[in-house]
Amino acid sequence: MSLLNVQNLKVSFHTRNGEVKAVDDISFTVETGKITAIIGESGSGKSVACYSLLGLIPTPPGKIEGGSAVFEGNDLLQLSEAELRHIRGRDIAMIFQDPMTCLNPYMTVGHQLMEPIIYHKGVAKKEARQHAIELMEEVGIRDPDSTIDSYPHEFSGGMRQRVMIAMALINEPKLLIADEPTTALDVTIQAQILKLMADLQKKHSIGIIFISHDLAVVADIADQIIVMKKGKIVEHGDRQKIFKNAQHPYTRSLLAAIPAGTKVVSGSQSEALISIRNLNTWFGQGKHKEPVKAIKDVTLDIRRGEILGLVGESGSGKSTLGRSILRLVPITSGSISFDGVDLTELQGKDLKKMRRRMQMIFQDPYASLNPRMSVYDTLAEPLLLHKIETKKTVEQGVLKLMDDVGLARAFVRKYPHEFSGGQRQRIAIGRALATRPEFIVADEPVSALDVTIQAQILDLMLDLGKEYGLTMLFVSHDLAVVKHIADRIVVLYKGEIVEQGSGRDLFENPQQEYTRQLLQSIPGRALLG
Amino acid sequence: MTSVENTSAENNVPKNKISDIAMAEQGTSLWKDAWTRLKKNRMALFGLAVLMLFSIIALLTPWIAPYGYEQQNLDLGASPPSAQHWLGTDIFGRDLLTLIMYGGRISLAVGFVATAVALIIGVSYGAIAGYVGGRTDAFMMRMVDILYALPFMIFIILLMVVFGRNLLLLFLAIGMVEWLTMARIMRSQVQALRQQEFVEAAVSLGLGPVAIIRKHLVPNALGPIIVYTTLTIPGVMLLEAFLSFLGLGIQPPQTSWGLLISYGAETMEEFPWLLIFPGLALALTLFSLNFLGDGLRDALDVRSSKD
Amino acid sequence: MLRFIFLRLLQAIPVILVVITVTFFLVRAAPGGPFDSDKAVMPEVKAALEAQYRLDLPISQQYFAYLGDLAKGDLGPSFKYPGRDVNELISAGLPVTAELGAYALLVALILGGLAGIMAALKPNTAQDYIPMSFAMIGICMPTFLLGPLLVLVFGIYLEWLPVAGWGDIPGDKILPSLTLGAAYAAYIARLGRAGMLEVMSQDYIRTARAKGLPEWRIVVKHALRGGMIPVVAFLGPAFAGLLAGSFVVETIFQIPGLGRFYVQAAFNRDYTMILGTTVFLSTLIILFNLLADILAAWMNPRLRAQLGESK
Repeated sequence: MSLLNVQNLKVSFHTRNGEVKAVDDISFTVETGKITAIIGESGSGKSVACYSLLGLIPTPPGKIEGGSAVFEGNDLLQLSEAELRHIRGRDIAMIFQDPMTCLNPYMTVGHQLMEPIIYHKGVAKKEARQHAIELMEEVGIRDPDSTIDSYPHEFSGGMRQRVMIAMALINEPKLLIADEPTTALDVTIQAQILKLMADLQKKHSIGIIFISHDLAVVADIADQIIVMKKGKIVEHGDRQKIFKNAQHPYTRSLLAAIPAGTKVVSGSQSEALISIRNLNTWFGQGKHKEPVKAIKDVTLDIRRGEILGLVGESGSGKSTLGRSILRLVPITSGSISFDGVDLTELQGKDLKKMRRRMQMIFQDPYASLNPRMSVYDTLAEPLLLHKIETKKTVEQGVLKLMDDVGLARAFVRKYPHEFSGGQRQRIAIGRALATRPEFIVADEPVSALDVTIQAQILDLMLDLGKEYGLTMLFVSHDLAVVKHIADRIVVLYKGEIVEQGSGRDLFENPQQEYTRQLLQSIPGRALLG
Repeated sequence: MTSVENTSAENNVPKNKISDIAMAEQGTSLWKDAWTRLKKNRMALFGLAVLMLFSIIALLTPWIAPYGYEQQNLDLGASPPSAQHWLGTDIFGRDLLTLIMYGGRISLAVGFVATAVALIIGVSYGAIAGYVGGRTDAFMMRMVDILYALPFMIFIILLMVVFGRNLLLLFLAIGMVEWLTMARIMRSQVQALRQQEFVEAAVSLGLGPVAIIRKHLVPNALGPIIVYTTLTIPGVMLLEAFLSFLGLGIQPPQTSWGLLISYGAETMEEFPWLLIFPGLALALTLFSLNFLGDGLRDALDVRSSKD
Repeated sequence: MLRFIFLRLLQAIPVILVVITVTFFLVRAAPGGPFDSDKAVMPEVKAALEAQYRLDLPISQQYFAYLGDLAKGDLGPSFKYPGRDVNELISAGLPVTAELGAYALLVALILGGLAGIMAALKPNTAQDYIPMSFAMIGICMPTFLLGPLLVLVFGIYLEWLPVAGWGDIPGDKILPSLTLGAAYAAYIARLGRAGMLEVMSQDYIRTARAKGLPEWRIVVKHALRGGMIPVVAFLGPAFAGLLAGSFVVETIFQIPGLGRFYVQAAFNRDYTMILGTTVFLSTLIILFNLLADILAAWMNPRLRAQLGESK
């Protein structure tokens, strides 16, 4: 018998704009000792489906319209809140996406860890504490004897997620629901957490529902995969079937959207457009304070017409390097020359002239557009500022840009909040292209987007790069994306360049330990190649 | 979630069409959006209507007041509401409605003028501190912190005692207190906005600081400022009324709602209307401003925390 | 944390000094000497009086002499009532005002806190609207209007409660405490509601629910601390406000407290009295602000840690 058997689950939300069927008649089972992955993009209903099983969706506006979910002989959907509470945290536990916000900042980690076992099993405090310490050890937290009395903010993201896992496991649940547990983590940390979860699952023989937007993440660990779109299950099957023999076009498009393959590089090498020599960018210098050395002695050439991929984890200084080149953050020492002009000395009019030639595309399309300016205002601003168009011709210029980035002309008067993430990123790209730049820094331009949208935006950037003859610095934490788009890759670690080379060289023959570690952390290598 | 990525549909739009922008779909700016939301909030609309009515009455008082301000009728004395005197008369036989209308002029004027003083000082101070940043910012905000710690209510009383009760001084004194919070709000707004990527984008486009402040910072910081301004006015009016009640604010022959309430409280046992009607006028105005402020806060989606 | 408290205390000292200095010179700058208004006083009497109050000395010497007195805890004599001094008045009035303030604060915290939490637990229901409507009334109904109205209703028409005094007749403390506390109950209710709503929407509350904890335990153990931080931070300003409110309440209910003395001194232009009381009250407010700040910082472990390590 299955551990959990969900039949015909229907959940809807009643909003001001009418009823939304978040989960529309889905059925699936979860087996003991197996990992079932639910994959879908934002708005697919994957999280709502699982939360509604435990009564964790807000009602109203949410409403479970029908179906059943049998767990150990009880239909979860029919249980009262009090009965459900006895199952939550004891038989079914949860892990959430963002470990930074999911732990109570006002309580010690130990207190939070002990809470479920004290509450559900009436275990004495002393015993609970001992148990908590053992579990912390098991999930790989060092010095649990002392760290148990620390507050969450004293832990790193990866460590907090380990605490969350320990907290979920403390009552030895039979089912664990993990909602995007690694999405907020760096790739090397992600690999560690995934391994930890797989190990624990085998050891304790629990059933896991693993919710994710990313097929690659579950490629190594999932037994069963369920693909959801707009509240419906479009396909499900075992891992091999989904990856090797997907039937539904949506599943195929998800698989196709996983960046794969190495960009083929033409042999010819052009001269350097940008030469960076011994660059240092430090922050927070004070009389007594040790500065944060974001960039340490970086020397790098960016060749005309190439796409240079800059890879690193959070805190590696990759964004700061891009911003230093564009003079968006003050540099501490070193030189940056752009087409023979030393950027570090430029001021006033000369700087403005150079700014026209280099632009930036930002990570978060929700923050990078002024919410009070329409598409027209946003795109017209650079055109008029640099006198690329006159007041009379600016309308044509704006519409041309919208055509280039694939936005319907009819949207020209709309405001950013009226667009989806992908559309906003198109506007942002349009703004960067408006000044007809030669060089663009793209800072994680696709990491905030759904996977299928991600693929579209990457293609757009490749096309426009050719059309406009751009040189690009493509900053990303995602090696697979960079390998797909970049001619050459630079690996940055703690502000220093660890290794650089063509995608092929780097992937097939990494020279440095850190690079190797990064490559091994890429999820789904085995299945995706 | 609601809007769909529809590149294929977009590409169906004929590219060579005459580019008449007027034909484009109308967008909804955040201001328009906020106004739509505000219009649905009945209490806020009610507040707005009451305020507008009271302001118009205050402006026109010298022409529409039923009696002259100094017109006494000692024979009549304090009389309850009647057909001649809708709200009754005070102990000198003066028409209460007339007094409340003239008092309202002062009360509203103090509220608006002192808030304007606070707005001008606070917004420019906060904007400069937030935009310049670094040590200047640290120093400027340290000053604000120190001033914050001063017991201003007592200081204002002291000022009134020492320099006599002077309307101009009252404006200034109240304005000087209220600008502190305004400065903090503006500064935290500017600081938060400066870190937004769209401001970085504007810098990398080559826009100068003036253009960035005017086009990118001010329009986005305006929401919280409007909300806080609306909520400052009732606070200021309350402060004036408080001082007048203690006999330290507005001085006869001028009058204000606070002063009228003070007189009313003295004689409330015999002539309760002298307390109730001025009290009603003040409370209604405060209600209106607070409802409007709350409504604006919801409509403009300003977070409720003060810093 | 101790370091933080010590540093904040150090910062408070210059603020208090500024207050003393500004107040001193403001009072001295007042037009007309304190004895000018009296009828023709014989020159030698005036000189004797001025000598007694040290008015014959240069102003800088007066200032330092005053500081010296303050350091010894002497807040100065009264101009108007020879023989009485500020210390005497404070020791007479402070206990009364402190008691009134404490009751009012209790009213505010209990009524306001409960109303705010209740409202936040069931937002947009009657349980939210009803207490919040009362809170709105409380905010728009200034103390000096609420006091007389309460007196009118409960004292004069219903004759349930005494209308004046403090500790003379049983029940005469109820109306003043309610009057003074009402506005702050309203503020605290609104702040508490906003704070609790904010916290209840946090991810870690969802974590607590996923643990299967009952709702009351989630509210008490997980939400209350974070939700009440804005309320605690408000206690500093609230204290200053309560003190100012006590001027009004003590005047309305004829309570022999500090506030009433202060207002009387202001009316009589009893300059040394105002000076002394202002310095005393200001110091009190500054210290209480400090206390609220420290409490709010202490409640937040993250802030506590930062304060511990930074300079």
